[in-house]
Amino acid sequence: MSYFKPINKHPNLEKNKLGLTRRDYEGGVSTLCAGCGHDSISACIIEACFRLNIEAYKVAKLSGIGCSSKAPAYFLNASHGFNSVHGRMPSIATGANCANEDLLYLGVSGDGDSASIGIGQFIHAIRRQVNMVYFVENNGTYGLTKGQFSATNDLESKNKYGEDNLFPPIDLTSMAIQMGASYVARSFSGDRDQLVPLIMGAIQHKGFALLDIISPCVTFNNHDSSTKSYDYIRNHNEAMGKTDFVPLGEEIKTNYDDGSSVEVKLHDGSRLSLEKTDHNFDPTDAGNSLELIREKNKEGKIITGLLYVDNKCKPLTEIMDLPDKPLNTLEQDELCPGSEVLDEINKGLS
Amino acid sequence: MSDKKYLFKRNNVWWVKLAVPLSLRSELGYDLRRTTGEKDLDKALPIRDKIVEEFKTEFQIRKVNADDKGIVLRGTEHMQKTDISDPQYFHKVVDCQYACPAHTNVPEYIRLIAQKKYDDAYMLNWESNVFPGILGRTCDRPCEPACRRGRTHDKPVAICRLKRVTYDYKNDIDPYLPEIPKVKNGKKIGLIGAGPASLTVARDLLPLGYEVTIFEKDNKPGGLMRTNIPSFRLPAEVLDEEVYRIIKMGAELKTNSYIDSLKNVIDSFDAVFVGTGAPKGKDLEIPGRKEASENIHIGIDWLTSIAFEHTKSIGKKVIVIGGGNTAMDCCRTAIRLGADDVKVTVRSPKSDMKASDWELEEAIDEGIPILDNTSPKEFLLDDEGKLKGMKFEKMEAQYTDGRRKLIPTGEEIIIECDDVLLAIGQDNAFPWIEKNIGIDFNEWDCPIVDKTTMQSSHPKVFFGGDAAWGPENIIWAVAHGHQAAISIDNFCSEVDLFDRPPPLTNLVSQKMGIHEWSYDNGISQEARLEVPHADLKQALNDLKMEVELGFDEKLALDEAQRCLNCDMQTVFQEKLCIECDACVDICPTDCITFTTNDTEEKVREKLRVPALNLDQDLYVSGKLATGRVMIKDEDMCVHCGLCAERCPTGAWDIQKNNYIEAHNLNKGRVKAKEVA
Repeated sequence: MSYFKPINKHPNLEKNKLGLTRRDYEGGVSTLCAGCGHDSISACIIEACFRLNIEAYKVAKLSGIGCSSKAPAYFLNASHGFNSVHGRMPSIATGANCANEDLLYLGVSGDGDSASIGIGQFIHAIRRQVNMVYFVENNGTYGLTKGQFSATNDLESKNKYGEDNLFPPIDLTSMAIQMGASYVARSFSGDRDQLVPLIMGAIQHKGFALLDIISPCVTFNNHDSSTKSYDYIRNHNEAMGKTDFVPLGEEIKTNYDDGSSVEVKLHDGSRLSLEKTDHNFDPTDAGNSLELIREKNKEGKIITGLLYVDNKCKPLTEIMDLPDKPLNTLEQDELCPGSEVLDEINKGLS
Repeated sequence: MSDKKYLFKRNNVWWVKLAVPLSLRSELGYDLRRTTGEKDLDKALPIRDKIVEEFKTEFQIRKVNADDKGIVLRGTEHMQKTDISDPQYFHKVVDCQYACPAHTNVPEYIRLIAQKKYDDAYMLNWESNVFPGILGRTCDRPCEPACRRGRTHDKPVAICRLKRVTYDYKNDIDPYLPEIPKVKNGKKIGLIGAGPASLTVARDLLPLGYEVTIFEKDNKPGGLMRTNIPSFRLPAEVLDEEVYRIIKMGAELKTNSYIDSLKNVIDSFDAVFVGTGAPKGKDLEIPGRKEASENIHIGIDWLTSIAFEHTKSIGKKVIVIGGGNTAMDCCRTAIRLGADDVKVTVRSPKSDMKASDWELEEAIDEGIPILDNTSPKEFLLDDEGKLKGMKFEKMEAQYTDGRRKLIPTGEEIIIECDDVLLAIGQDNAFPWIEKNIGIDFNEWDCPIVDKTTMQSSHPKVFFGGDAAWGPENIIWAVAHGHQAAISIDNFCSEVDLFDRPPPLTNLVSQKMGIHEWSYDNGISQEARLEVPHADLKQALNDLKMEVELGFDEKLALDEAQRCLNCDMQTVFQEKLCIECDACVDICPTDCITFTTNDTEEKVREKLRVPALNLDQDLYVSGKLATGRVMIKDEDMCVHCGLCAERCPTGAWDIQKNNYIEAHNLNKGRVKAKEVA
């Protein structure tokens, strides 16, 4: 078994504005099972960061426990990282966000970490509009403990050993929209054309961005009676129109006929351009989004694409009116107003 | 459909790419490219049509001696699924082996070296190229410029010097030599000239029971390997061991036997092979040549007289004229004979010199100046009529449309000298072949020889080595020898000469268990290792002291680890693929892309990294479940096997491609198997 990737790369590999190649954004060689969807997601994060010219040292990777939570070791080697207690990643993210809002926070979690043990934390991070990208690498199973059902597994599916799932699934996307998440998308690890622009949009979005990514577990949940296998997802995926991420200052290259695309402007001026489909769908209308998700769930379809975006939301640090400078950079004189101010206050109290 | 799809652009000119059908690939290679010579697409298109038509007709009237036959146009339709059952497909991926005229299985012997199995490594070489010890020191190494490592890293693996290692570290290999039948098959073969081509023919025919007689004009066998390669590059004991090994296999050697009439020989044999080389050095007809002839020597003749110790000295100031490997051997020999001022002059710029880079380097390292753009004008004589110097004119190279023209600048220089050595080329010469015995010659007085069978227009007479098409190098002589031996065997067994044996090929999975493959993919990322050299001062005073010392064992093992194992092929089965992209993500050189099929031109553009090296093929799978195909650009693959390691379903497998070029030793092997 190889633990290292040869260091040589293709000499014609594309370089981004920082002069870096895609390979400069890699991490260690994955120790997840061969064929794990999580590895594809890591590759898409690498691709998105490469395309957005992100400096890896300005990124913090946060995770909890589970197969998904191992994944941050496999991308962005030069970034910060914190591997928290099971399900407690959102608290770490909230604290870190307040202390230094200049970093880009990538939280990587799974269906167990977010929908079971950490669901309380998850909900409150959304409610507080923590400025982060929250990846749920959703495979519907507890892979690390040998394949028990997770809380996102569909009612009609069986596990690898043929046992029925008795409880209905939690739909993380609708829950997130209801809790006030300002960027909600669902995608499939096997569709990187769709996933990469969604990640790029989520990174540029200011506020809580949830990416619920169905990521087949090749070892425990890729069998015929699974609803999260490569085959099942490919057969039941109802992808919404193509989403293109258009960085600030660049022309939209995809040609849609007039009126057939919807544009959403993100905080930094970059845009998401969505191809319109029959759904007659407005991604900025939460009610509309929830209705669509519910409808498609009923049909047994998995709707993927950008489901909801609120580009006018205020992130946590603005809500709390924190100073513009990261808290961790404030000096003594900025933190302590001095005895004169204290005297003033004391006077007011007397 | 755009007409551009038929064409590709290189050096600013439009080219046509023609795919060769399976049946002709062993003969013509995988595809043929022809330039239209036009920069303008509109002008190139009609020329392209003409080229295509020409190829189509040529194919239909397939003549025996045509070396350019091409047929179907590639690029008009979606890419076809790659046919990996065609042994040439993976053979081509093994760049070194494909480039070698004898198709020696390089990665396999480098792995054997890494396992310290030097005997096995030597025998693998010996079967294929007959003279591993000699070639390991003198080969022109077409394999090294082809080496994949030169593309993926920096410099190629030192393949040639690793071949030498197999010779230097082997033990007694006599027990592994093929058995020679005691009962002969009754066929007598005459070989003229005891150089590498004839010796190869002898080696290939003896195990089949032929009686072989070799005629040699000198008193020892070896041909140009003995006469023209100085012993400071090739020690006599190495040469003797490998040459006499073949003689000892049962060839009858007649030395000091110059054949002055082919007619006299031809009837005593069932077939005759002519391997007499290109023995005539070119002369330089400029003023003063005749008058100064005492101090002007033809390079190859001069080297020969040194090899046989007839010449033991030379003047103090020597000019060597010529830019090839013979010129390099001449100047380095002159220094060792006692000359203290040796200069090489060459008409062309240094970058266009014919000498191999490493031979040029060695000469420069020994302190010999190379004066380029210097064209000889006149030999100058002193009052007593003795050579005192030479007049040269400086030239300037001008390039128009990729063609070089040397323009005289008018600037003249005079260089003093005592002796001049001419190394400006060699010609074939057959004064001993009668014109009326049925051997046709072309306008340049070269015999007309079939490129596949090596047969001349006289059915009993075969040619090979430099005698066939002019000066090449040892490895080509060996390759010709193998083909001639096959032809002679066919001819004597009354089999059609074009009914040639196929290569022996095998493609075997190397999987040992989960994530385990039976080869070491932990390649060394170090730079190419230098071969240790003898002390320069000592070497320059001793004509016989070998300059290159060869790798010691540690260096050899380290260098062997640089090999990428290109014969470990990545084999893909689309029916097992679940399109999880794990291979795409892990591939260190971004070779693998899953995409929709299209014409080759478009596919090459839309890969993860566009495939711009048209010399390298794309491996295309059949249709996958999503309707896409897997496309792998063979160009940059480092054969690390990670795609197979990260594949959850075994759709990727690593399989060793064993390709043994057809030669008569295979015949014995196949027969032995049949008996068993």
